[in-house]
Amino acid sequence: MRAFLAVIKRDLKLATRIGGDALTVVLFFLMVGAIMPFAIGPDKELLSQLAPAIIWISALLSLLLALDRLFRNDHEDGSLIAMRQAGLPLELIIFAKLIAHWLTSALPLILATPLLAILLNLDFAQSIKVILTLLIGTPALVCFGAIGAAVTVTIKRGGLIAPILILPLSIPTLIFGVSALSTGAISGASYAAFLFLAAITLLSLVFTPFATALALKMGAD
Amino acid sequence: MAQNASSEPTPQDLGFFSRLAHPGYFLQWSAYWLKPLAILVCALLAIGLFYAFYNSPADYQQGDTVRILYIHAPAAWLSQFSYAVMAVASIGSLVWRHPLADVSAKAAAPIGATFTAIALATGALWGRPTWGTFWEWDGRMTSTLVMLFIYLGIIALWRTFEDQARAGRIIAVITLVGAINVPIIKFSVEWWNTLHQPASVFRLDGPTMPMSMLIPLFVMFFAFSFLFLLLHFISMRAEILRRRIRSAERRNAQRLRSQG
Repeated sequence: MRAFLAVIKRDLKLATRIGGDALTVVLFFLMVGAIMPFAIGPDKELLSQLAPAIIWISALLSLLLALDRLFRNDHEDGSLIAMRQAGLPLELIIFAKLIAHWLTSALPLILATPLLAILLNLDFAQSIKVILTLLIGTPALVCFGAIGAAVTVTIKRGGLIAPILILPLSIPTLIFGVSALSTGAISGASYAAFLFLAAITLLSLVFTPFATALALKMGAD
Repeated sequence: MAQNASSEPTPQDLGFFSRLAHPGYFLQWSAYWLKPLAILVCALLAIGLFYAFYNSPADYQQGDTVRILYIHAPAAWLSQFSYAVMAVASIGSLVWRHPLADVSAKAAAPIGATFTAIALATGALWGRPTWGTFWEWDGRMTSTLVMLFIYLGIIALWRTFEDQARAGRIIAVITLVGAINVPIIKFSVEWWNTLHQPASVFRLDGPTMPMSMLIPLFVMFFAFSFLFLLLHFISMRAEILRRRIRSAERRNAQRLRSQG
């Protein structure tokens, strides 16, 4: 348990120090969200209708941008080799890294969401729901990202290939995340979507450490 | 080939399945199958297309456009079957680290992508006269499109690795992750929006199609499946030979360096 917490602490420290990009990701998230009205037009009605989708897409893109740092630096400076030899199983180390990564990339986005909600004319109740779905859904996005990052970590210029692999896998999360926010005709449909979103997150939390560890082990020798 | 394989165990030392899967031996036995398979595929395609175009009724609502079905449905079936082949091969490369499993997974990806593209293209051509649009954001169509994206992503990944043995194992991981995800994607997308007709051949209460349309459809199913097998064999053979050429080139380069 102490080793587990130490990994989390190490990654948090690395992400928030000089050279860490936790704040850059938030800035990117806000900018993507803020640039949409320039393309859509300043119609307030339309914007508040599209706001949940815009926020979700912005979050998805920002998380894609952030995932490269998950294993790349550790692979380059050799820490990954040390982690494979560590007493703690690689799966648990990866789980710790996932927690740290979520805290430094997804959580800041969620904290910045109210700002975007004001810009996009989203009312208070809807904003709370968006934040709630993001809290439930972003772990799944981080998990799929981790698998993609692990698969492409040994490729020298793997920056563009990982999103190509991850985006199709993220579609269910996106569908259920946005459906949970829709006020459709069928009552209970948005609640069902919310439960499916939670199910995807739980499922991916179980599978991801093993798949990611396998990919890292297979890539190493 | 005998000189090439001298350092590897000879086929006689191995069990039946290992002998089948030995790359050198695979090159030998698959060579005998290519011609009969090609003849079988041609015959089945000829029969199937004859039935599809001349000897089956036009639909009472859709008229002759229904004949697209005989290309569309088998292609859509193979787009999923190819992924299943890739997934099984991936288990092979992860569990036994077998080089032939890598080759099989790599060879299946472009074939599956092509069949998926054919299913999408014929679906679009069929949708235009019957639905009035080339593309609709319908569940089954969208999940096929996502399938195409997954295939293309995997093909792109194969092309970025230099060491093909390592690429085979890493891509096997992402292929299996995709295999878990494909049903989830299919379900979520169909939940999202559905216009496409439900399955009408494989149902618990029996097919809802008349026999005159089922027979050509089944012939085409078999024709396409054997076509997949034939193409898979050919591209596996090509891939094995490509790897041998690459290692021969590397040996030559080493020899030249040690001489010079």
